[in-house]
Amino acid sequence: MKRAGFLVPFLYIVFLMLPIYWLLNMSFKTTNEILGGFSMWPADFTFDNYAKIFTDPTWYNGYINSITYVAINTVLSVAVALPAAYAFSRYRFLGDKHLFFWLLTNRMAPPAVFALPFLQLYSAIGLFDTHLAVALAHCLFNIPLAVWILEGFMSGVPREIDETAYLDGYSFPRFFVKIFMPLIASGIGVTAFFCFMFSWVEMLLAKTLTSVAAKPIVATMTRTASTSGYELGLLAAAGVLTIIPGAIVIWFVRNYIAKGFALGRV
Amino acid sequence: MLELRQVSKIIGAETHIDGVSLTLHPGTLNVLLGPTLSGKTTLMRLMAGLEQPTEGTVHVGGEDVTGRAVRKRNVAMVYQQFINYPTLSVYENIASPLRVARVGAAEIDRRVREAADLLKLAPYLERTPLQLSGGQQQRTALARALVKGADLVLLDEPLANLDYKLREELRAELPRIFSQSGAIFVYATTEPSEALLLGGNTATLHQGRLTQFGPTIDVYRDPADLVTARTFSDPPLNTIAAGKTGARLMIGAENMEIRLPGDAASLPDGDYTAAFHPHHLVLKSPGRGALKLSGTVAVTEITGSESFVHVDVHGARWVSLVHGVHAFPLGATIDVYVDPQRFMLFAADGSLARPAQRIAA
Repeated sequence: MKRAGFLVPFLYIVFLMLPIYWLLNMSFKTTNEILGGFSMWPADFTFDNYAKIFTDPTWYNGYINSITYVAINTVLSVAVALPAAYAFSRYRFLGDKHLFFWLLTNRMAPPAVFALPFLQLYSAIGLFDTHLAVALAHCLFNIPLAVWILEGFMSGVPREIDETAYLDGYSFPRFFVKIFMPLIASGIGVTAFFCFMFSWVEMLLAKTLTSVAAKPIVATMTRTASTSGYELGLLAAAGVLTIIPGAIVIWFVRNYIAKGFALGRV
Repeated sequence: MLELRQVSKIIGAETHIDGVSLTLHPGTLNVLLGPTLSGKTTLMRLMAGLEQPTEGTVHVGGEDVTGRAVRKRNVAMVYQQFINYPTLSVYENIASPLRVARVGAAEIDRRVREAADLLKLAPYLERTPLQLSGGQQQRTALARALVKGADLVLLDEPLANLDYKLREELRAELPRIFSQSGAIFVYATTEPSEALLLGGNTATLHQGRLTQFGPTIDVYRDPADLVTARTFSDPPLNTIAAGKTGARLMIGAENMEIRLPGDAASLPDGDYTAAFHPHHLVLKSPGRGALKLSGTVAVTEITGSESFVHVDVHGARWVSLVHGVHAFPLGATIDVYVDPQRFMLFAADGSLARPAQRIAA
């Protein structure tokens, strides 16, 4: 019985890790070996796939582009959401609850709905194929989420702390930066992580709003498959490299992530 | 000098503060006494400027400061919950108002250490507030209020969340700690005994109205009306309906007749409410002139040194506060005594018609 109790989580983790292991396995194989047959580990171990990605600009630019617009989006979303969340958390105003709920409904439409209006709008004002275009488009669903998460964290801070700071003589900006932001630092971290994650994995808008100059890595991956045959090893290596930034970011917020999924309301 | 002139606060359809006028002088200790929801906190927030009055004005030193931003007033406040900046050390927490006021580093250090010594926080200066016990957290908040040298120090039930022993200890120290500051010191509490222990002046609040303001002992002994007397009595004041004709007073549902002392006979005839404090209702005859009543025991609460015996007498529920342990079975019939000299008589409109007479022990 005791052994079975240990076995269940073990099997579960093996089951979860299997696709990731298979991706890693493939990334160290040549395409011929992948197509040739079934093997649990690379017979002909190679770093060629990774070498190609780090030397070929069409590949590594994809990463640079993705990271650029994701970073812009994350900074933008958090910067805009901080004051908005503070207002929702601390003040009562006409329609505040409706507005707050309406924010979340922005997440309920598939991004495809917005692809066409964004494409037309950005083409008209010359934003098409820029990092900013994708970063702004992703704000559509990241800012509402950021406001919701931050509002939860902020409402966990007693209002009396704000008042004590004013009584001590703090001006609002100084209080916000010196006292309040350190108090919700973990919330800001979690919010940044969620913005990063959604922007990083989103493909449809990123692909639609770019062509060459700001082409994201996910677009590079799908296009390469069709132009130079099936370079499966290369694609697997690109896949592994796409997982890594998310894994690094999640490491920093691992202790607060559950609270983030609960929108800060624990 | 802090002056509230006809200050009201109305939120929606609810009146939180109703036309309060109050003048507080520097160097005084003022207690706001009232039950929960009587408006103590709102009144303090109006004094601090954290809320704006719907009507009326607030004056400091003769100058109208209504509407002035909180940070432009020289006010300190300590809350019932222990409010500190969790991310800053205790030292920085205390130094906070001085840092904002751009006081020199050496001067900050001197004042913070002085306040920390006074509040016994010296060993904990490098810790953060959440690493401290509740009592130490509240001391930190008090030290921050002290170090600022504010003209107005507001303490909103600062000891309510502390355990009994710490509360006793801090309460004894508080007046001493703030006495040299020369500030106006306002202390809100729900407990009459706390007001009496602190001394100074007391303002009693009831449903947003100020019912009386004066030296604490005077308010306790000669409450202006029945509401104030009730607010200032713990356990609850004993009352009974009374009808007066000439020198005779008929009390209770069964119209028990008692003779009034000479001075009270001159009051106009009519309906009154007779009231007296629970410690004046005793179980042994105190001597000549005492009224003997028989009642049924409803509840007995024993704290050890004192017993609270709840008795039903002539249709009224009274409490007798007596020394020592007195256990009675439920429903037992016992004799209780009260000296009519102790009666406060309140007229039908609630105002005090005749104060209780002091009897030399």
